Amino acid sequence: MDSHALAAQTSETGHIEHAHPPHLRHHFETVEQQREAASFGMWLFLLTEIMFFGGLFCAYLIYRNWYYPAFVVGSHQLKIWAGTTNTGVLIGSSFTMAMAVYSSQVRNRAALIGYLLLTIVLGTVFLGIKGYEWHDEWEHHHVPGLNFSVSDFVHTSAAYPEDKPLPLDMAEKTQVYFSLYFAMTGMHALHMIIGVSLLIILLAQAWGGAYTDGHMTTIENFGLYWHFVDIIWIFLFPLLYLISRHQ
Amino acid sequence: MSTIVSLPDQSTATLPKVSYLNKEYGLKSWLLTGDHKRIAILYLISITFFFFIGGAMAGLIRLELLTPASDLMAADTYNKVFTMHGIIMVFLFLVPSVPATIGNFLIPIMVGAKDLAFPKINLLSWYLYIAGGILLMTALISGGVDTGWTFTTPLSTHYLNTHVITAGLAVFVAGFSSIFTGLNFIVTIHRMRAPGMTWFRLPLFVWSHYAASILMVLGTPVLAITLVLVILERTIGIGVFDPAKGGDPLLFQHLFWFYSHPAVYIMILPGMGVISEVISTFSRKRVFGYTAVAFSSVAIAVFGFFVWAHHMFIMGVSNYSALVFSLLTMLVAVPSAIKIFNWAATLYKGSITFETPMLYAFGFMGLFTIGGLTGVFLGSLGMDIHLTETYFIVAHFHFVMVGGMLMAYLSGVHFWWPKMTGRMYPEGLSKLAAVTTFIGFILTFFPQFILGYLGMPRRYAAYPPEFQVLNVFSTAGASVLGVGYLLPLLYLTWSLKYGAIAGANPWQATGLEWQIQSPPLTENFVETPIVTHEAYDYEWLAHKTEHDEVETVG
Amino acid sequence: MSEPTHHEQHIVTPKIYLIIGATLLVLTGATTAISYVELGVFNAVVALAIACIKASLVVLFFMHVKYSSKLTKLTVAAGLFTFLVLITMTMTDYISRAWGLW
Repeated sequence: MDSHALAAQTSETGHIEHAHPPHLRHHFETVEQQREAASFGMWLFLLTEIMFFGGLFCAYLIYRNWYYPAFVVGSHQLKIWAGTTNTGVLIGSSFTMAMAVYSSQVRNRAALIGYLLLTIVLGTVFLGIKGYEWHDEWEHHHVPGLNFSVSDFVHTSAAYPEDKPLPLDMAEKTQVYFSLYFAMTGMHALHMIIGVSLLIILLAQAWGGAYTDGHMTTIENFGLYWHFVDIIWIFLFPLLYLISRHQ
Repeated sequence: MSTIVSLPDQSTATLPKVSYLNKEYGLKSWLLTGDHKRIAILYLISITFFFFIGGAMAGLIRLELLTPASDLMAADTYNKVFTMHGIIMVFLFLVPSVPATIGNFLIPIMVGAKDLAFPKINLLSWYLYIAGGILLMTALISGGVDTGWTFTTPLSTHYLNTHVITAGLAVFVAGFSSIFTGLNFIVTIHRMRAPGMTWFRLPLFVWSHYAASILMVLGTPVLAITLVLVILERTIGIGVFDPAKGGDPLLFQHLFWFYSHPAVYIMILPGMGVISEVISTFSRKRVFGYTAVAFSSVAIAVFGFFVWAHHMFIMGVSNYSALVFSLLTMLVAVPSAIKIFNWAATLYKGSITFETPMLYAFGFMGLFTIGGLTGVFLGSLGMDIHLTETYFIVAHFHFVMVGGMLMAYLSGVHFWWPKMTGRMYPEGLSKLAAVTTFIGFILTFFPQFILGYLGMPRRYAAYPPEFQVLNVFSTAGASVLGVGYLLPLLYLTWSLKYGAIAGANPWQATGLEWQIQSPPLTENFVETPIVTHEAYDYEWLAHKTEHDEVETVG
Repeated sequence: MSEPTHHEQHIVTPKIYLIIGATLLVLTGATTAISYVELGVFNAVVALAIACIKASLVVLFFMHVKYSSKLTKLTVAAGLFTFLVLITMTMTDYISRAWGLW
């Protein structure tokens, strides 16, 4: 074999025999290499996620400048308390997820299970509040395509009496605002649902003693995903709820 | 400084007793494999399948265009045929062609690793590819799509009653397969290199795959979200691209081409990697200006993100913006030219031999240069208004994609066929195929430049009678081209059983992949190699073979 | 280069997580409160600035980028860069269209 010769040429020190830990896959040389590869792979995946949401953010930027009055009244239909609560809930869940990773690092099984459970609860609360908001918007006929009516925007709204009614053509453009609202929050919620489902699997595995034996790459990588979903919301919240409040 | 190497006597070569091909048997050992080489073979088979379906569509298009009237098929059938040709060839053939087959097989070996970083994700990427392929075939069988491969809104969202959603989902799924391939390559190249394998000892094949992988990872998700929005607009009627609701169809174009322009570099860069390897090997010379060629790949990848709106010059984008995009487009010509010039300089005073892969590589250099230069014409604002949406543009991208990429793909398949299968392809027949392909290609697509310049628009089933002569040339060329593609299918299949046994290094090439047995072991290397020589170091190879017989059995 | 580098994995303490979590909550409250104040265009500027600060805190501490390799930092930077390319190059069209609504 030529690679023999190749290896023998310079390596007098020889090939270090590794005591193979059970979770070291055969094609990696060391656990460290495996861990770094997994983490780097996860970051590259998050890179694709940035660009995935990036398209939506780009669309939002353009249309907000085009149809500014429609975006203002559109955002006035959202419940600011729901958005703020949800931001808090999601930040809380990011904190518990970070603590879950920490528990895994210090090999504390009970704490790991506890924090994973808390993260699941907070994630579900977020989805619940989001669902409640969506339901409300459905009731108010704000869902473009399926259930939309401009009537809230061509008349003075009870919640925002200072909002002047929009001319009909601009009122129609609120559909762009709500299209983006549902696309963005919907894609975000989809990521949350995937995240919570994965968390349930992780919890079951942690219950069985996994991730507190020194092999915590999976938990760490999932943590990266969860924090990333949090970051998307950190931007969605001001864009959709806050920045058009006062004009 | 070239070294003349006499090729080893292959009559004494024997097939190794154990290799990745015969380590395990049975369908399950293939469908559940984690071995990058087996996944490469799976990809090779499925890609070939889709290539011939896409090719059949191309045949139908050319047959219809034999006569000026729309007589073979109805105009809307013709629309469906060219749409399906485009979608299959772009998303199921060109994007995965070299990376998923040859790249998958070779990247780990070239960097000195046992496998890609994530074998399971690699397998998942093949299953996603197959799922995308099945979805697309479903769309085809259930009635087809006629949006063109670009899914242009509002045509795709409002005006067509064909299977846009199924086809859109197919492309979405196939896109994830491409993301996972790219992700795997980047991690492998960063984290799995053997001791001594520094960045500037990597073969240029690896560099070009690295650049293409960056584009896959950063570009494809934008296509994904765009298709999601198109599908949502078609199903429930949200209004992001719908002018009736205030949306801007041009935004769709921006987002679509943000991926689809870099996508042409995803398609061509791996092919350029193949050409670097082949040119160096058959002129027995280090690639001239290694560093420049390596960085030109990265430069193409980076510039690729700044030029997309040159597909939109006549769509109503701002004139000032068009000016900026036009200027930036000219920039891409620089790294592309660096590559062509450096390959030419590599040939200079090399010990050139004319094996089949080299013939295909020469084809690539000529045809890609024509394709690339016509791209500069199209990137100039004034010319573009005259030439866009005519057969000139069809000829331009076929010169790059078929004349460039497909030539490179066939060059690579022939070059590494001995490594993949352990057997040689028949030399005479394959040279005939290479020449046939070249002649057929020129005959098919060169007349289309003239047709386009004269003003024949693309995507119509009928045309004025004065264009018929050139169209007959083109259709005749397509038949020759078809023979040129069928030949390799036949003789490569034949060679699996009857081809001469190749031995480890039939070309006396320097890459790590040629220093191991053919076909390789499942884990590629018996021991992790330690790399002490630069890429394309033929001196090193000559000294190495002096001391140590090339063996084929591990 | 690919010689395994044995740098000890940095463990962030719960105390830092707690401080960061609390800061994030405070900033959330602040951004909501500020949105009630009339600042003209600066409402958007302030809200997005706070969002950027929050996101940076999450990336640096919760996602450990502050303690990560250069490669990870480069990856994050590459993502931001490409996103900015998407936005700015698209904007070159929208801000200068003769028939635009800008």
